[in-house]
Amino acid sequence: MGLQRSARASLWLLAFPLVTLVVMLVAIAVGSVNIPLAGTVDVLWNALTRQPQPDPMAASIIVTTRLPRVLCAALVGAALSIGGASMQGLLKNPLADGTTLGVSSGASLGAVIALAFGVTIPGLPYSGVVVLSILFACLSLLVILTLAYRLDSSLSTNTIILLGVIFSMFASAVVSLLVTFAGEQIRSITFWMMGSMASASFPNAGLLAVATLVGGLVLYGCARELNAFAVGEDNARHIGVDVRRVRFTVLIASAVLIGVCVSMSGTIGFVGLVTPHMMRMVVGPNHRVLLPATVFGGATFLMLADLVSRTIFSPRELPIGVVTSFIGAIFFLGLFYYSRKRG
Amino acid sequence: MSEVMLGLDGVSVRYGSHVVVDDASFELTSGDWLMVVGPNGAGKSTLINAITGAARYDGVIRCLGHDVRTYSPARLARIVGVLAQNHSVGYAFTVGEVVNMGRYAHTRSMFSDRTNADEQAIKRAITLTGLEPLLDQSVLTLSGGELQRTFLAQLFAQDPQILLLDEPTNHLDLVYQEQVFDLIREWLKTPGRAVLSVVHDLSLAKSYGSRAVLMKAGRIVADGTVLQALSEANLAEVYGMDVFAWMRKMLQQWEAT
Repeated sequence: MGLQRSARASLWLLAFPLVTLVVMLVAIAVGSVNIPLAGTVDVLWNALTRQPQPDPMAASIIVTTRLPRVLCAALVGAALSIGGASMQGLLKNPLADGTTLGVSSGASLGAVIALAFGVTIPGLPYSGVVVLSILFACLSLLVILTLAYRLDSSLSTNTIILLGVIFSMFASAVVSLLVTFAGEQIRSITFWMMGSMASASFPNAGLLAVATLVGGLVLYGCARELNAFAVGEDNARHIGVDVRRVRFTVLIASAVLIGVCVSMSGTIGFVGLVTPHMMRMVVGPNHRVLLPATVFGGATFLMLADLVSRTIFSPRELPIGVVTSFIGAIFFLGLFYYSRKRG
Repeated sequence: MSEVMLGLDGVSVRYGSHVVVDDASFELTSGDWLMVVGPNGAGKSTLINAITGAARYDGVIRCLGHDVRTYSPARLARIVGVLAQNHSVGYAFTVGEVVNMGRYAHTRSMFSDRTNADEQAIKRAITLTGLEPLLDQSVLTLSGGELQRTFLAQLFAQDPQILLLDEPTNHLDLVYQEQVFDLIREWLKTPGRAVLSVVHDLSLAKSYGSRAVLMKAGRIVADGTVLQALSEANLAEVYGMDVFAWMRKMLQQWEAT
């Protein structure tokens, strides 16, 4: 029965937060200096209850360095994944995601423009970057989807992805150009192309948390409508979904999430693409379960990717996008290969 | 006098400078099964798109006495339901999940519980279409006939008063064609319901329709009982061939053997 599937999905939803929590602790404990798990929990507990730390060295590593970084990784992973899952449902297109649609590159361009031309909002340092990043994410989506609708009103996979790739190349070229000429005031080109968690901080984590919570709730509020869109936009209209309103809401919410993430951590590829696929295999395509699952799945995936990126060649740190792209590319190749072989 | 359920008054649809539907007017009354017939490109499907708001149009479409533009999408879906000719579902939803989606317009929010009416409508739809054994199956694994029955069940679960069917049996074999049309005839027996369907098969139009509209190049050429509208002369004009002679020839081929 359908009930069985939803019961199974509910069990998964209980298991996911636990897994995420365990991975979070491991990611905080492991690094260039390994701290035992029990010690990590003690330090976190002491920090939370404002008690003195017996080991100030470990406390400093955990609280000031690793905790904000792991939190940021988890939140970026969650936000990118729920955004990707929503766009994949909305466009009935399993390849839709911030990177394939060109939204991430657009957001990078906005951030780089803000940095290069010193766009700021008085009293709020860095806010110009965030705002322009979000704005450009929305604009990119608008440009790509308007073009796609004009070329092919059925919004087929090929049209959108092709336009997304073309737009990405263009935006990345402009980013490279700006970075080359602006020099020191903009972070390295690798940051914008491959992403990094190195600049994570508590204020960043706070902003990410607010964005993820608000954006996530808006998207979760559209879960039923996303199910209808995932069956087909015409079918959604026929059963009474306000397709224009839902399309607008979902696209804006996803673009804002991607914009905030890019302004904090650059373009991290494949997270928003791969996590929804993995979660769909586990809990099925129903967005009421799928969206919460991708939040935890994305958080876990990116915390692990960040852990690998900073430990595998320690003390040298890999850009996090290298790790996610490796995993993502292999995953997709496998998925593609087996689905084609099965016919 | 029976109640007018759907009325089109001077409806035109343009794609750029191309007129797809040209000044179409007709009424659909309670108990009617209106067959919309015409060659490819006559504007039949576009007519359905105009009624559901998927295509922009000039003119007025009234549904139960009110302009459809004043209806919210959900309210319109509680009155008008559509069965499309093609379905390509993107993800592995189960048959049960797709049928349940038919209750969307009746449910206030995703957190409201299913009401008795929901349960009953879903159960009735599943029984009518004989889908019990397939409820847990992924829609990606269904045959064309099973998929069409799934969406018919979704439509019954939606429980509208007017059905718009766009070549509903296009990809179905003869047995399913008859099944689907018989199911709809059964559904139509309840008072206060009406059906508009686009069909290519003239014999289906004849055996199930109560009225017919014949279209050519966006214009309504004839409107009346099936016999009146689909007369030999009208069909010859619209299709540019002697349709009756052709049908007789086809039948003779079978009878001769």
